Formats: sequence, C-alpha cells, structure tokens
Amino acid sequence: MTLRVRLAVLGTILLLAVVGAGGYVWRVRHVQANLEAAATPVATGEALAPLRTQPHLVFRSTALGQQYGRVAVVPLTAPDGPRTFAPISCERVYATADQSVCLSADRGIVTTYAAQLFDADWQPTRDLPLTGVPSRTRLSADGSLIATTSFVSGDSYANPGQFSTRTVVTRASGEVVGDIEEFKLLVDGRAVTAVDKNLWGVTFADADRFYATAASGGKTWLVEGSLAGRTMTALREDVECPSLSPDGTRVAFKKRGDLPPGRWRAAVYDLTTGAETLLSETRSVDDQIEWLDDDTVLYGLPRADAASASSDVWATPADGSGQPRLLIPDAWSPAVVR
Amino acid sequence: MYVSLRDRPHADGTGNRDGVRRVSTTVVLLGVVSLLTDVSSEMVASILPLYLTAVVGLSPIAYGFLDGIYQGVSAFVRLAGGYAGDRGGQPKWVAVLGYGTSALSRIALLPATGFAAITAVVTADRLGKGLRTAPRDALIAQASDPSMLGRSFGVHRTLDTFGAALGPLVAFALLAAVPGSYDSIFVVSFAVAVVGVAVLVLFVPNLKTAAQGARLGLRRVAAEVSGRRLRRPLLAAGLLGLVTVGDGFLYLALQDRDDFAATWFPLLYVGTSLAYLGLAVPMGRLADRVGRACVLVAGHGALLACYLLAALPAGGLTLTLAVLLCLGVYYAATDGVLPALVSRLVAPEARGSGIAAAQTVVVLARFGSSLLFGLLWSLQGPGASLLLFAGLLATAVPVAAWLLRGIDRTEVAA
Repeated sequence: MTLRVRLAVLGTILLLAVVGAGGYVWRVRHVQANLEAAATPVATGEALAPLRTQPHLVFRSTALGQQYGRVAVVPLTAPDGPRTFAPISCERVYATADQSVCLSADRGIVTTYAAQLFDADWQPTRDLPLTGVPSRTRLSADGSLIATTSFVSGDSYANPGQFSTRTVVTRASGEVVGDIEEFKLLVDGRAVTAVDKNLWGVTFADADRFYATAASGGKTWLVEGSLAGRTMTALREDVECPSLSPDGTRVAFKKRGDLPPGRWRAAVYDLTTGAETLLSETRSVDDQIEWLDDDTVLYGLPRADAASASSDVWATPADGSGQPRLLIPDAWSPAVVR
Repeated sequence: MYVSLRDRPHADGTGNRDGVRRVSTTVVLLGVVSLLTDVSSEMVASILPLYLTAVVGLSPIAYGFLDGIYQGVSAFVRLAGGYAGDRGGQPKWVAVLGYGTSALSRIALLPATGFAAITAVVTADRLGKGLRTAPRDALIAQASDPSMLGRSFGVHRTLDTFGAALGPLVAFALLAAVPGSYDSIFVVSFAVAVVGVAVLVLFVPNLKTAAQGARLGLRRVAAEVSGRRLRRPLLAAGLLGLVTVGDGFLYLALQDRDDFAATWFPLLYVGTSLAYLGLAVPMGRLADRVGRACVLVAGHGALLACYLLAALPAGGLTLTLAVLLCLGVYYAATDGVLPALVSRLVAPEARGSGIAAAQTVVVLARFGSSLLFGLLWSLQGPGASLLLFAGLLATAVPVAAWLLRGIDRTEVAA
C-alpha cells in the first residue's frame, strides 16, 4: 500500500470512529433528554411543615424530571400519593423528626462528595467528614449519633484496596468518634488486622452500642460494637448492611448465601433466639433495609428495565410471610419518621 | 553474532550534544498507539469501581487478593508474546493481536452484566496487554539507534503515560455529559482503541528481527535468556522487584495517614503519572549518557526516599506530593530503562524473549513482595512495614549495583 492509500484508510477509520462513537453518545443524550421531557410531573402534596408533624416517610425521589434526586416526604397514610419536595438533593438520606443527614455528590470532571446535617427546617447545621462515593448513612433514634459510609475507590481495578470503604461515626455536637475500621475487631475471639479489612452499614442500638458489617478475606460478618470501648465482636457470618428493628430484638440484612457475586437475599436475624428468616422478596436487594414498624421492612429496588435510572421502595413482612408490595414508586433511601 | 566491548558513553563524541537528533518515527508511532490504547483502557479502568458498585451492585470486599491467578496467567502470556514475536520474526503482528484483543474487550463490556462476565472481559484485556508488551518493546529497540535507546523508550513511555493520565479525564467528562451512561464510555473507549490498532497496522513497519528462514527454536531462546549476559541483570531485577511495594499499598498508606490523601485518593495516581510523564525522556537521555544500569539502580534510591517519606508519622499536602514525585522519578528511571538495558544484552533475534523474561521476573517478584507486604501490614501496620521494606531496599540496592557492575559496557552488536 502506498502512503496515500494508508492515510486514506486511517482517515476513513478515524471518521467511522468519530461518527460512530459520537453518534452513540449523541443518541444517548437525546434519549435522556426526551425521557426527561416526556416524564409526567409527579403530583406534589401539601405544605411541608404540617406534613412533618404526623408520621411520615423521608426519601430520595427518583421520578424523572427536574426534581430527580430531590428529597421528598409522604405521609405514612398515603405513601404512593402526592409527595412534597424538600429543598435539598441527596444520593442517600436518613431522617429523624428533628434532623436529616444527606450524602450528596457534585458530579463533574472531578466529582466531589459532601455529607451534611440539616435541621427540621432543612437548613444546614453541620458538615460531616466524607471521603468518596456515598454509600450508606444512619442516625441513632435520638439523633445524637450519625454514621456515614463511603467507597474510597482506588486508581485501578487490580490494586488491593480498590473497594475500600470508610465508615465514620460523628456526634451531632460535631465531635468525630472516629473511623470504626480503627476499632478492634474480634472474630471467634481473635483480632482481625488484615489490610483488606472493611467496615460498613452501621445501625445504632443506643448511645454506645451499634451493629455493622465487617469484611475481610472475602467473608462478611455481623458485628456488635461499642463506641466507648472502641471494639467490635463478630456475631454471625454472611451478614451485610444490618438494620435494627424498632424494638431492638431483630436485625434485617442482606446475605450472599450461595448466590453469585453482586446478588443478595434479604433476611431477618433474631438476636435472642439466633434464628434466621429469609424474606419473601426473591429479587436481589442491595440496600440497607429500613423498618416500617416491628412487623414490616422497607428497601429500595432498581426499576427492572435496565435503561431506567429510577427505583422504587418496596415493603414486605419481616417474618418471611406474604408477598412484597410496592410502597413508594420512584423512590430510594427511605427513612421512617414517627 | 559477537560480543563487543565498547567503552560507552565516551565512544561516540556526539553523545553529549545530540539534542537535535530525533528518535525514530516508528518509536513515535508506537508511542501514539500506546497513547490511544491507554486512553481507552484507563477510561474504563477509572470508572470500573464506580460501575461495579453503582450499576452491577458489588459489595466493598477487596478483590485485590484474587489477583494472583491473573498475575500468573499474565506472566505466562507475556513470555509467550515475547517468544512468538521472536520465533515468527514478526513482532508487529503479535503486538497487533495483543492490542486487538484489548480493543475487542471494550465492546464486550456492553453485553457483559454479571460480575463473572466483567471479570472475564477485564482478564482478556490484561492478557492482551501481557501479549503485546514484549514484542512492542522489541520493535522499539529494533527501530532505535543503540546509543539513544534510553531516550527512545523515554519518548514511548511519555506518550503512553500521557494517554493513561488523559483517559480518566475523558471518562469523567463523558459521565458529566451523559449521566449514568456507562455504555457510552465503553463505546468511545472501543472507538479510540480501534484507531490505535489502525495506526499500528497501517503505519508501523514490520521490522523483521529473525534471520531469514531460520526459525528460532525454544532451546535457543532458553539458552539466550538464561545465558551469562542476562543472568546477572535478571537476578538484579528480581532482587529489586522483591523489595518493591506496589503503588496500591503506598496510596493506601498515604490515605491511612491523613484525610487529605483520602479525599484526593483517585488523583494520587494522576500525580505520579505527571511526574513520570515529565521525567521519562530526561531519565532516558541520562541513561544513554551515564549508563542504563546506573540510572536503573539510582532510580531505586528515589523509591527508598518514597518509602521513608510515606512512613513518616506526619502528613499533609507537601509530604503527599513529595511521595508522588519520588514515585514518578522511580518509574521514569526504571520502567523504560530496563528494556533499554536488556535489549542490548541479547541477540536481536531473541530480543522480545529477553525483554519478556526481564519484565516477567519483575512482575512475579513484585507480586511476591505484595503478598509479603500485605501480611506485614496486617501484623504491624503500614509505617513499620514501610520502614522494614526501606531497610531491605537499602540492602538490595548495593547488591544490585554489584550484580550490574560493568554491564553498561557489555553489549551485543546489532
């Protein structure tokens, strides 16, 4: 081939590459814009302040359109009815009657992440430490303790620690209790110090005790920890993202079992009897489960069609009976406030 | 083939003022191919953790420790690539196969949804990388004037690293334009890789390294690779590799030390790349002038400084940047300099195999050191482990210098 022919062939390939890839991206952008334009606006409900005086649900609204990602509130009496938007946007949100914790991401060429505490009027009261992609957050029942988990992703897939997490407990007063990964972890009486040790998904029991997930060497455990003692003890294997029931007797969680990687089954573990109950939900649950009351649990599920960025919040009985039912459409990260 | 003893670098008087002499077009073209391929692969690598956690829904368990299997396979493929390039005397087409495999793996990410499928695709990409490295470096050596080998490899590694630094930026810019559309990233990554392969196929000459008709036997290659001239450099490279802590651990140690490094964790790697990028050519030129073995050994001095700085109990911006700079100096002084050194110690027809052997020794030794360092870290924490490795490295460097003594003067005539 002469140089001219080779240049022409390269030019053609370059053109095809630019047109092909550019066209693909343009089409995706177009489809996304159309979806947003065609989205039927969600019905918005009554004023926010009176709504929050009755039992309600706080969640991240994933209805397509202008309000995507905004925090919204619905009364417990009509969870699938009109929603009222709060003036903040979060990737993950949790709330009590007096305050909310919000993990947010500002996406760009260099994406930055923030964790903030808001008061009952949605005014920011405090910045919390957060490094990396938002994952889980919880408040203690009295609102005095806050836990945040983020993924601290590495530079490359092949390096150790690429799925490292950072889970920090902070007091509402601003005092940082610390990264619980630095607490002493005991599994079967032995201290675990491996470099791949990871902790995530905290749920608070009282002012000192908490439950969380610990992982090392491909295994996960339910751990019970003490903030004052800075220790954690493994209670049971294959438990991720525990969530304590309002009566404090059971923990709802997701487990791997013999499922392939990236799939989990929702289950409930009785702390006193040690019995484990699989829930009637058979779809893969990747969420920190929330308790609606002592008999029912809530969790988010991504919408079944892969192209959709939306998700829904489902409810199912905590004793493994019955069938899952759709509780809030176009929602994620629910918090029950009574 | 005969061994010539030339008194480098003083043999050619032009050596000092050769600023206007240019590296071969083939080297620049191979650099462009690597640049495009690295843009493509780093686009995917930089968003993969996010994709796996956000879309595939993977829990944060470190999978790094499963890496051993791939390392073993990759080392074998690397040797096979080097040998295949030598045997057929057509390193270009072996390199094309390697680059092509990686390019195809991008488009295979589109239908891959499960973790197993994605792992398979990523493994295919890595096998492609293993396959192409040695024949490509053999081509660079073949196309270069022996007196500027260091600079040629420096130019190639500069372009290569520039692509690696550019990839993540392109990926995140795309994600900002089409939020959540990881498929767009895979498609663009594929298109970039295809252009890279096209440049390789269309413009890089197929420099034949083997003597016409004579096929290189395995036995001959084995003799060449385990021969006297390569034995000491391979031993030195293996010894130094054994006391080299993987970047991942260094970044984790920095992140463990202070919040600054943790917040900017994804950018630590870019910092190292920038230092490497700026220094690859100067270090290559230095290696051509004062001797490649000399620069290779001295580069490990920068690594030693890196360990000591990372082990300090203090933290902060300046110290973090100093660690990244030292790491960049280390890469600039070793990554391109090792093949430049080795390629002059083996007969041209076994060059790919020789380079592959050296790189495989380094990869395997580093993998061993990673396992050891991980164990040490869990026993005594990052600071003490780094100090211990610093002590080992300080002992290994003089030994390596002794092993490599006089090597810069022993070369095989091209």
